[in-house]
Amino acid sequence: MPRRTPVPAAALSLLLLVLAACGPPQVTSGLAEEDELTGILRVWLFDEADRGPKEAVVNRAVAEFEAQYEDVEVDVSYLQVDARSERFTGAFNDPASAPDVAEFGNTDLAAYVEANGFADLTEALAAWPEASDLLPSVLDTATVDGRVYGLPWYTGARALYYRTDVFDELGLAPPRTLGELRDTARRIRAARPDLYGIAVGGNYHYALMPFVWASGGDLAEQRDGTWRATVDSAQSRAGVELFSSLLAPDICPPEQCAMLTGTQSVQVFASGAAAMTIGGDFNRAAVDAGEAAGRYAVVPLPGTEPGTIAPAFAGGNLLGVLNSSRRSTLAREFVQLLGGKEYQREMYTAMGNLPTFADLQRDLADEDPAVRPFVETLRAGTRFVPPTPAWARIDAQAVLPTMVQRVATGEPVEDATADAADAMNAAFGS
Amino acid sequence: MRVPATPTTPGGASTHRGGAPRRRPRVSPDLRAALLYLAPAGFVLAAMLAYPLYQLGVISLFDYGQAQASGGAPLDFVGLDNYAQLFGEPRFWTVLVQTCVFAAVCVVGSLTVGIGLAVLASRVRALPRMALFLAALGAWATPAVAGSTVWLFLFDQDFGLVNEVLAGVGLAGVENFSWTYDRYVAFGLVAAQVVWCSFPFVMITVYAGIRSIPTDVLEAAALDGATPWRTLRTVIIPMLRGLLIVATIQSIIWDFKIFTQIYVMTNGGGVAGRNLVLNVYAYQEAFAASNYGLGAAIGVVMTGILLLITLGYLRAQRGTEEP
Repeated sequence: MPRRTPVPAAALSLLLLVLAACGPPQVTSGLAEEDELTGILRVWLFDEADRGPKEAVVNRAVAEFEAQYEDVEVDVSYLQVDARSERFTGAFNDPASAPDVAEFGNTDLAAYVEANGFADLTEALAAWPEASDLLPSVLDTATVDGRVYGLPWYTGARALYYRTDVFDELGLAPPRTLGELRDTARRIRAARPDLYGIAVGGNYHYALMPFVWASGGDLAEQRDGTWRATVDSAQSRAGVELFSSLLAPDICPPEQCAMLTGTQSVQVFASGAAAMTIGGDFNRAAVDAGEAAGRYAVVPLPGTEPGTIAPAFAGGNLLGVLNSSRRSTLAREFVQLLGGKEYQREMYTAMGNLPTFADLQRDLADEDPAVRPFVETLRAGTRFVPPTPAWARIDAQAVLPTMVQRVATGEPVEDATADAADAMNAAFGS
Repeated sequence: MRVPATPTTPGGASTHRGGAPRRRPRVSPDLRAALLYLAPAGFVLAAMLAYPLYQLGVISLFDYGQAQASGGAPLDFVGLDNYAQLFGEPRFWTVLVQTCVFAAVCVVGSLTVGIGLAVLASRVRALPRMALFLAALGAWATPAVAGSTVWLFLFDQDFGLVNEVLAGVGLAGVENFSWTYDRYVAFGLVAAQVVWCSFPFVMITVYAGIRSIPTDVLEAAALDGATPWRTLRTVIIPMLRGLLIVATIQSIIWDFKIFTQIYVMTNGGGVAGRNLVLNVYAYQEAFAASNYGLGAAIGVVMTGILLLITLGYLRAQRGTEEP
């Protein structure tokens, strides 16, 4: 470089040279080569509102594992559910700080698998005797493209909560169909204007889904390897319309209910301001802590025909092995111990988490009447959101809530579902 | 980066203009020293401003999501596809128009309130002025999230003070009136909150400007029999042109980029997304959904629009300047 080159020009060209060399940053992570059988096994589990009981069960499993394997130490850390996205992103971007085993939500699965985060456990589960008792519909929530990436640790389902005192006062019976549910809700609000007929919300898409599925529709279907939205089919539209019609002045006024989430809907019911709501087994503690305590009962959410149960969304958490783990054999063994029947049962006793094994669920339903409607719902068959990474995008873009809110505020259901289908297809396509 | 040429520079350093020089300019020691002094600032600006902007531009040309960032999928250069997707989205145009109108209302609102209160402050006694400034500083110092939440409490449909007071004075039908349900009512409420937290900047800037106007000019205007309105219009505002330009451009940039107030007060964009503005839309469409490429494209478009508005405004101002 000549000495006399003007300094700014030299600096500028140097800067451009440096900048042109870098595209967006990308991690080059791959499968770990080693498989060590000693050392520290790092485990991430979700923190809970009251972590004590969960930690006690986990500590027992850890003690058993450490007694079984010499020179192995299990290091469990608890992460906040709200911060999981940042933590898992960090773990995938920097394998050195990643755990070996992690608990994660089944709706996050497809995105994590696309991000190359979790190891394929299909063969490991096939070789494990207990796995044959796993509920198929629950195992589906751990499956992407036919491969299993996690062991379902617990599951959850939503059912219909109703106020026994209000139903007795008005001489009503629990609805036998979704149509009856709407009529019952209307009659309650007409007789008791201080109550919402049913508390559901425009942001409560897990309450919407059973209406779509019970009406014979679906959110999307996979054909020749690509996903297409079916939320605008005639059957799906009927479900969307039925659900949106609950967000009406004579049931749950849109001014109050259009923006409610699931948790908020249950809170409204728990505070005594609604005669019904749709809630999960995991919401029982919240309701028992409110005004509605002792004055409610739960039945499975009915389908469109008397005697049927609307397919529920199968929520739940999985235990998986990180792709970057350098102790994958140990990690798989630990997953099978903590996620096995013995400790799932202990987790139910400690936390109320519903097990994912068919035989365990049956035993529990026989023992505990409060859990029966939820187990019945699970046994009637559950459904799941499309297991594709695009789902995380559709969820973040609030496609389904926007659709319901548009219908609830008076727009034609055809327009709202067609636009939602377009938005979903755009996400599937990209 | 250009070194501003000042005619008073001793030694008369020749300034270097862009482009290839015909003959090699002699770099004078003064220029070299000036560049040396500017280098740290230039380095910081390049690192903090140019590099992120450059990355924003580059990312907007890729299909870049979480899977690409963490190495689960290969990088895919898509050219202008993200922009095509954005411009092909009818919702984007609705949100863009909404954002412009909303920002315009907020800018006009904060300027009007700010200038009005600055004039008031320059005409009242010390004690009320102090009270006015304390109130304005309080609004200014309140964090946006806290301010928005407090406003939400005030306007709550069931327990809000505003509905209670309105019902108390006998207004019918305000019980359980939702201030965040209807699109225009919700936008109005958020705009009021934005004006509330951004007028103090205008007020204090303009107040300082008014204090710096020589009193004899104002006295002359008063002696000529000008009304306060006339004084404001033909004496104060023209003399404060420079300050007002700064305040206006600041307000445009702030109000165009509103995020917190909309996100908090309309719960992420209102019922069915009717209250979305560009920044919240970008967050929801792109960053919450880990679609960083599209988000970067929205960022580039917003930067471009803001530059255009600001340049256009500066130009219009220069055009009306007296010779």
